[in-house]
Amino acid sequence: MTTLVIAHHDNAELHASTLNTVTAASQIGGDVHVLVAGSGAGAVAEQAAQIAGVTKVLHADADQYNDGISIEIANLVVSLAGDYSHIMAGSTTSGKDMLPRVAALIDSSQISDIMAVDSADTFKRPIYAGNAIATIKSSDSTIVLTVRPTGFDAAEMGGSAEVSSIEGPAVDGTTSVVGRELTVSERPDLGAADIVVSGGRGVGSAENFKIIEGLADKLGAAFGASRAAVDAGYVPNDYQVGQTGKVVAPNLYIAVGISGAIQHLAGMKDSKVIVAINKDEEAPIFQVADYGLVADLFEAVPELVEAL
Amino acid sequence: MKVLVPVKRVIDAYVSIRVKSDGSGVDTDNVKMSLNPFCEIALEEAIRLREAGVATEVVIVSVGSADIETVMRSGLAMGADRAIRVDTDNDVEPLAIAKILKYVAEKEEAGLVITGKQSIDGDNNQTGQMLSALLGWSQATFASKVVIDGDTAKVTREIDGGLETVSIPMPAVVTTDLRLNEPRYPTLPNIMKAKKKPLDVIALADTGVDASKRQTVLNVSPPESRSAGVMVGSVAELVDKLKNEAKVI
Repeated sequence: MTTLVIAHHDNAELHASTLNTVTAASQIGGDVHVLVAGSGAGAVAEQAAQIAGVTKVLHADADQYNDGISIEIANLVVSLAGDYSHIMAGSTTSGKDMLPRVAALIDSSQISDIMAVDSADTFKRPIYAGNAIATIKSSDSTIVLTVRPTGFDAAEMGGSAEVSSIEGPAVDGTTSVVGRELTVSERPDLGAADIVVSGGRGVGSAENFKIIEGLADKLGAAFGASRAAVDAGYVPNDYQVGQTGKVVAPNLYIAVGISGAIQHLAGMKDSKVIVAINKDEEAPIFQVADYGLVADLFEAVPELVEAL
Repeated sequence: MKVLVPVKRVIDAYVSIRVKSDGSGVDTDNVKMSLNPFCEIALEEAIRLREAGVATEVVIVSVGSADIETVMRSGLAMGADRAIRVDTDNDVEPLAIAKILKYVAEKEEAGLVITGKQSIDGDNNQTGQMLSALLGWSQATFASKVVIDGDTAKVTREIDGGLETVSIPMPAVVTTDLRLNEPRYPTLPNIMKAKKKPLDVIALADTGVDASKRQTVLNVSPPESRSAGVMVGSVAELVDKLKNEAKVI
């Protein structure tokens, strides 16, 4: 039994999610191989070889792997699939984009976003945005899995696996990346932030959202919003936390002027510590909050910024 | 160009779901059902392409029993031209759904498939990518902007940490993210018109797809519930708790 983990990286550095994915792979038992497909990504392959628990690193170095185009990577993984009992990638946008292609091409029914390994063929995963947890047993001969990084601790460094260079199949070449706009905001990304500060309809206007942003900046936090605030036009859609927006699980989530609709709770209730500030003491958000403060946000938030 | 929009009926996003006490699944009896929100975005994009003269026809397709026809009609009311239901009473896994959609896309000679990036019940995020791989068509997932220019499409994708624009040849499978558009509400005249639009039914057996399950759901349970929190009386007390009790700031 051997598991192949597809490394997520930017040709210079291994993405942290790969370490969580290796932990999930180790829990299956058997050997763990890591595939580093990139262009000039030798340093990433060396890093992958140092992850404890990894027994071998496969390094495919070619131009077509430079941009992480899913067709190219998936074809490479498919060419290797016959040697593996399990194939895994982190549930990052690149893993989610690429791995179902592999599953379809080897005729395996993928299990997405696993949060626990029960045995070599049985896994737990969240459904309904985490409002239910399903335990699923696979009957496929090669089991294809994406892994929720927050479900597994990061693997330690300190290993010394062999790195072997491999050749991939023919270039597909149909897809090209023509532009990238990576957010250079000083604020952290919503999905990866340690602290998230979100505002809801109670904030009242786009102008008033500066108060929420001010608190986020004071804490070095990412900034989010409820769907009600997005629907009201206070903030753009990409800040939306909830079932139809982003699902976040930071160490600290501060909900300001958010009533706590089901839709919103689905996107944030796995946060470690939840703080709710709302003037309505009946607001459902208080039922999931670790610390609740019934107060007018226009007084409490500036006071909080002052006190931090 | 004909656009195929696979859609799914799901428990409405604003309904609080209940896990059945026997652990067999989620209770769907007497629960409000709707079109999956990401599918609505996909349909809206397809309708806009038709309105812009890029697409000639918008066809929605869904897999399930006659029960799903009500939400399919709401897709017709939004503006799809016609609908196809592939008939089965069973739950079908994404891989088999993708195989069924391949059959329909080829039969309809579609030039583009737009679908939601995931359904908000299973949250699998697989079907579009699988369909692209099976058809051998281009793939662009998590789209926030789609520009089609003849044989090529430029699709801006929501990726971790920002946006990426890819250039792909047509035909293609595109999956939608939230920012692509804001779906319209059906008007009353369009709801009436939708009742008369064609909704064809294909037997699952006619697709030639083996939809038998590869996976067994052993159990569905509620997530660990959160322990009851405390109410604090002041901002100062809150800051003290966060610093000294929770130790998160």
